[in-house]
Amino acid sequence: MGWRLRRKKKDMPGGLWTKCSACAQMIYTKDLQENQAVCTECNFHHTMHGRRRIEITADPGTFQEHFSDLQPKDRLGFVDSIPYTEKIAKAQEKTGNADACLAGLCEIGGHPIALAVLDFSFMGGSMGEVVGEKIARTVELAEGKGIPVVIFSASGGARMHEGAISLMQMAKTCGALQHYRERGGFSISVLTNPTTGGVTASFAMVCDMTIAEPQALVGFAGPRVIQNTIRQDLPEGFQRSEFLKDKGQVDLIVSRNEMRDKLALLLSYAENRPKATA
Amino acid sequence: MAKKKTKTSSPAALPFEQPIEDVRSRLTELEELAAQTTHDLSEELAFYRERLERLTNEIYSELSSWNRVQVARHPNRPLTTDYISNICDDWVELFGDGVFGDDSAMATGLATIGRHKVLLIGQRKGRDTKERLACNFGSAHPEGYRKALRKMKMAERMGLPIVCLINTPGAYPGVAAEERGQARAIAENIHEMFGLKVPIVCLVIGEGGSGGALGIAIGDKVAMMENAWYSVISPEGCASILWHSAEGKEKAAEALKLTASDLLGFGIVDEVVPEPVGGAHAHPKDAMQIVKGKIESWLDELLAMPADLMLEARYQKFRHIAQVQSSVESQALGAASHRGVDTPASRLASPSEIHGEG
Repeated sequence: MGWRLRRKKKDMPGGLWTKCSACAQMIYTKDLQENQAVCTECNFHHTMHGRRRIEITADPGTFQEHFSDLQPKDRLGFVDSIPYTEKIAKAQEKTGNADACLAGLCEIGGHPIALAVLDFSFMGGSMGEVVGEKIARTVELAEGKGIPVVIFSASGGARMHEGAISLMQMAKTCGALQHYRERGGFSISVLTNPTTGGVTASFAMVCDMTIAEPQALVGFAGPRVIQNTIRQDLPEGFQRSEFLKDKGQVDLIVSRNEMRDKLALLLSYAENRPKATA
Repeated sequence: MAKKKTKTSSPAALPFEQPIEDVRSRLTELEELAAQTTHDLSEELAFYRERLERLTNEIYSELSSWNRVQVARHPNRPLTTDYISNICDDWVELFGDGVFGDDSAMATGLATIGRHKVLLIGQRKGRDTKERLACNFGSAHPEGYRKALRKMKMAERMGLPIVCLINTPGAYPGVAAEERGQARAIAENIHEMFGLKVPIVCLVIGEGGSGGALGIAIGDKVAMMENAWYSVISPEGCASILWHSAEGKEKAAEALKLTASDLLGFGIVDEVVPEPVGGAHAHPKDAMQIVKGKIESWLDELLAMPADLMLEARYQKFRHIAQVQSSVESQALGAASHRGVDTPASRLASPSEIHGEG
């Protein structure tokens, strides 16, 4: 459940050149940014910041942020190398966000939806009570308005620093989605690199439709945990989107530059869904 | 499985139990002696019995979080199979997920517990090496979770309440498990359990290891045995992430706040089921009878509720667990320590409150 996936140099700092963590090629940073953090050499879809994700997904100017004032709390008094409260403060300073989820209302191809995006740059996109609460509220917002919900995931899983409280976010988010589905909801989950642990084992896998970005690492246990358990090399392409598609775990793979159009198309197919009966 | 009585003495004593074990063996010697001699040893016997009780009480009233993890994993602690043979009548085991295979780590079957006919789902660890291997040490594969869900849906159609006994170090992290969709299997169970229109009671009888536990732990009543643990990660897993070794497991157990009274305080469990002093492993039959009584009364309570209200209450409970609030909302509510529906902060249990009527 470790949110602490090995931090590769994928944050794209201010340097002129960025080394692609997948193909090791040096890419002109500006090209990489213009290509939505997709490697121009090998097409690897790098992890991207939540705000930027919203920019390239929502119709321009339509995003209205909600629930941005929810603040994480250190209910356990958790201390590892530094207290959890300091960790939160650092992540907030780094990202400018209160926690690892951004949420709100927007349109995609003119379809009004509720949108939630996990931000990997905030403590590995890990889910504590704020993330769980925001996902649940986003789903409720969609339920109230009778619109679809789209959730982008990028997360190492449940946030260890919140113990069983973070585990319960898996229950909370799945419960909200079940409640919503019973009342005519329609949900799309988009799995991006990386999505593992308690996020995969909850809301990211119970939406009506599951999309993955190419080559995204998606799994329950992290590859290192599995390797430590079985003490064998992992198969080629293990836990990547294409592998998941082969194994019947995702509905389709959509590359980043086609995502907005494809989501708009998929949403248009759900326009005539039966409305809430409850 | 039924061997625990024959070896109550040494191999199973936990390090912190050693003083208890010493007094117990003295007492046993004395009892043997008393049986052979005509001398009246009743005074000595009474002394050692009293001492044994006092020492057990003392030690068990001051268990650390790590001690509780040790008790939860004690080799003589009652397992799902023991509950099946001790508190269930007319057990009919049912197998298979209907698609891929059967998973011995997840026992499912029809059972009669006192006055109630139920579907019992229990994570199975196995007692000896052969059983443990067959049950994968209590770590289920996706087919285990799918098997549980398939039987739960069947129970819903049959109008049977569901009893889930949770005891797993975690869902299995392996290649085959990933290939067959471990994450989705767990997620779907959590999701679907919110919609099942029959009462569900969940009891963590030993280890509540993360998503692997939660995959059968959405219920109208969620309870823990006094010496069970339940958290997002095992103490060893937490220690290896934080300090790159399992050495810090004691510290991690403390930091994770994973004991039954911690979780009662957070409002994550509704009730803590007391164990006989000295732990369920020392008095397995008594411990299982307490559980049986609890399950019967929980089911009485839940079966009296209209299904729609029960479902809404089930959802609201998990929806508002350890509720976070926006700053605006908390201002509106004043500085009082409001934490959402039904999770008063004051429920942090002291040992005497642990039995809580929930």
